[in-house]
Amino acid sequence: MPVEFMQEPERLTAALSGEIDHHQAGPLRERIDEAAIRLRPKLLCLDFGDVSFMDSSAVGLVMGRYRTISAFGGQLEVIRLSPAAARMMRLSGIQQLATLKEI
Amino acid sequence: MKACINQMKLEIESRSVNESFARAAVAAFAAQLDPTLEELSDIKTAVSEAVTNCIVHAYPDRRGQIYLWAGLYEDGLVRVRIRDRGCGIADVRQAMEPLFTTLGGERSGLGFAVMESFMDRVRVRSILGSGTTVTLEKRILGRAARDGD
Repeated sequence: MPVEFMQEPERLTAALSGEIDHHQAGPLRERIDEAAIRLRPKLLCLDFGDVSFMDSSAVGLVMGRYRTISAFGGQLEVIRLSPAAARMMRLSGIQQLATLKEI
Repeated sequence: MKACINQMKLEIESRSVNESFARAAVAAFAAQLDPTLEELSDIKTAVSEAVTNCIVHAYPDRRGQIYLWAGLYEDGLVRVRIRDRGCGIADVRQAMEPLFTTLGGERSGLGFAVMESFMDRVRVRSILGSGTTVTLEKRILGRAARDGD
């Protein structure tokens, strides 16, 4: 599953691409958590700009990464969401815990 | 009731790798109604949710069959039926509540909420111990309507 990491001072960006469903979410979770736990950034940023399809498994992925990053006091940002993706994210209430930014 | 102009059936094993195949197959079939990309994406999303439910919930400990049927109607309606012979749902109303999940962890509990948000109509029939049928409906307005032709 394609995910590219970009590290800046205190900030880790995971750029996701392709289709995120239940099948793909597991490997993505492992890769993002491995990097986040190792680097412990103040801000974890999930970039959805190159995601061509997602279902609610991607919402579960975001909620789970919130738990990962908040366990050591970091914050979560989700950027470049399509309008439909943002609508799906908001069904979960995650906007009360993380910053959501649309394309 | 408008006449059904075309229909298709598909049977797949409950393997997560088939989630993308199932939604792509239904979307390719529904493309005959000349939907917008957004309408097609909504259908793919809802089908993905229903098929994932079969894999994760209906057959939690074993491989089973998932039966998909899709029909296209004269008035632009797409109807998709996703059926399993799995464990069934004890309380359908509770299962359809947003954020309700029996699994926790990485599952958002939004499957039915997303289906309802992206489709016009969602019906769920379930018999404990013998399986669940989810019926999704969406009226395709299509590119012609969007372009104002």
